[in-house]
Amino acid sequence: MIVLWKETTARGRCLIAVVLILLVGAPFVADRYTLSVLTLILYFAYVGQAWNLMMGYAGQLSLGHALYVGLGGYVGALLWLQFGIGPWLGVFPAMLVAAGFGAAIGWLGFRFGIEGVYFAVLTIAFAEFTRIACDNLGFTGGAGGLFIPYEAQRVGEWWNLRGGQLLFYYVALLLAAAAVVLTALLARSRLGYQWLAVREDQEAARAVGIDVFQAKMLAVVLSAAMTAVGGVFYAFYYGNLFPAQVFDIGRSIELILAPIVGGLGTVFGPVVGAFLLTPVGELLIVLTSKLGFDHPGAKAVFYGLMLMVIIWLRPTGIWPWLARVLRLEKNRK
Amino acid sequence: MSMLEVEAVSKRFRGVLAVDVVSLAVEQGGIFAIIGPNGAGKTTLFNMIAGAMEPDNGSISFAGEPITGLTPDAVCRRGIARTFQLVRPFPALSVEDNVTIGALLHRHDVAAARERAQTLLRRFDLFERRHQLASALTLPDRKRLEVARALATEPKLLLLDEVVAGLRPTETDRMVAILQELNRESGLTILLIEHVMRAVMALASRVLVLDHGTAIAEGAPEAIVRDPAVVQSYLGAEAV
Repeated sequence: MIVLWKETTARGRCLIAVVLILLVGAPFVADRYTLSVLTLILYFAYVGQAWNLMMGYAGQLSLGHALYVGLGGYVGALLWLQFGIGPWLGVFPAMLVAAGFGAAIGWLGFRFGIEGVYFAVLTIAFAEFTRIACDNLGFTGGAGGLFIPYEAQRVGEWWNLRGGQLLFYYVALLLAAAAVVLTALLARSRLGYQWLAVREDQEAARAVGIDVFQAKMLAVVLSAAMTAVGGVFYAFYYGNLFPAQVFDIGRSIELILAPIVGGLGTVFGPVVGAFLLTPVGELLIVLTSKLGFDHPGAKAVFYGLMLMVIIWLRPTGIWPWLARVLRLEKNRK
Repeated sequence: MSMLEVEAVSKRFRGVLAVDVVSLAVEQGGIFAIIGPNGAGKTTLFNMIAGAMEPDNGSISFAGEPITGLTPDAVCRRGIARTFQLVRPFPALSVEDNVTIGALLHRHDVAAARERAQTLLRRFDLFERRHQLASALTLPDRKRLEVARALATEPKLLLLDEVVAGLRPTETDRMVAILQELNRESGLTILLIEHVMRAVMALASRVLVLDHGTAIAEGAPEAIVRDPAVVQSYLGAEAV
């Protein structure tokens, strides 16, 4: 971390400090609703970052990341409901289970040469299998879902992740910040460069001695485990899990928009993307109802149009452009 | 014992026998050239040595150990680096990052790998362009980048697949000079496929001629260009 700070330009340091101060201080000025939107932004920044590691850096397209959110959520919730194991501890088995699924998908895909969109289809298939399983298994509560009840006497038990908006906001902030630091560290590590090589050209990566299979497996396992942490957060924040919701492909898509719009394979892209998309999505809900387009799906149409405009204007993402505008890049050439 | 020993390897693609019982031995510190007309099986032979293809028959050993059937990355870790006939730099990465990735094979510290990359980039006249994207380079620059990236893995044996093809004569001479320097200074062994006889004659200490998958001649370059079979099948009468 110290190395990272040293390598950041003065402008970059100032900006990071300002943003952190604003985010840490936000609960003192923001109302409950704003805080809930901020929490959602940070959650999407976090899971987006997890997906970004796999797609943006290692170049492996997953369209089934809702699988890992759901697995994390279910493992965390079941451990708490059945055995009273709190999420701070339950998050580790949750990561392990998701990593196991990630490893299985990765092994199938990478061992048998299933690449690109075909690999993406495999990831969707696994999310669907798991949804069907959770819909029908007894211990997951079936289609009726799983509820983490609100218990008034437990409010304030932060060690069990039981608390109000404030607690979840700070946990989300912690997760998002940790994900940014982890990504920054990985991006400048040996593994990070190996991922880039694999993303760019697998044959050429092999020719410089990179074990492509291993590099891709590490990417999917790490990304799955990270996403599962977001799943545990999700389960305890919302207090309910429905298979048809959490494993839905819509959830997988929702989760990858922030890194795509913000800038794939960049450290701050997913964060910038989340800060742009989530509030706009919220705003659209308000606007469409105010303007009388109160039809179901109206929000989705405007959201889709907006995405098209952004991607048309900034095809490589907002962050690379923003970094140039703010002159945050190192003085090169 | 030779550094690289290829023993009677064959490779068949459906009905076509691309490489038909070819043997060769590359001595440590030597520069060995494989020449021959298009479709002679040069690149196939090369791919079998680099681990990109497995031979149907025969064996390949490097530094006394069998490497037949190893994957390309395992072959590279043993100390054989290659370039591609159609260059394959990592397009969206900077020139420096391309070479740094090669240097990370035997280095775990990125800063040290970057330092090594910069040394190589100076040698290959690419230092000024190190922050450009590899995709923005001209073909001659990309060819040099390809060699620099391969060398960054610190190979004992360097496999070059038509590394001067498409270059102008001055660029060819520059590449030849760099390769000669590397061979002389660090004793780097080189195995190259080449069409450009100007480069072959300047570089090679030994030449193998392939035609229709079989070796039709082998020897010192001066002797090869006078070999009637070689003239007939490849060089053409005017080359003599």
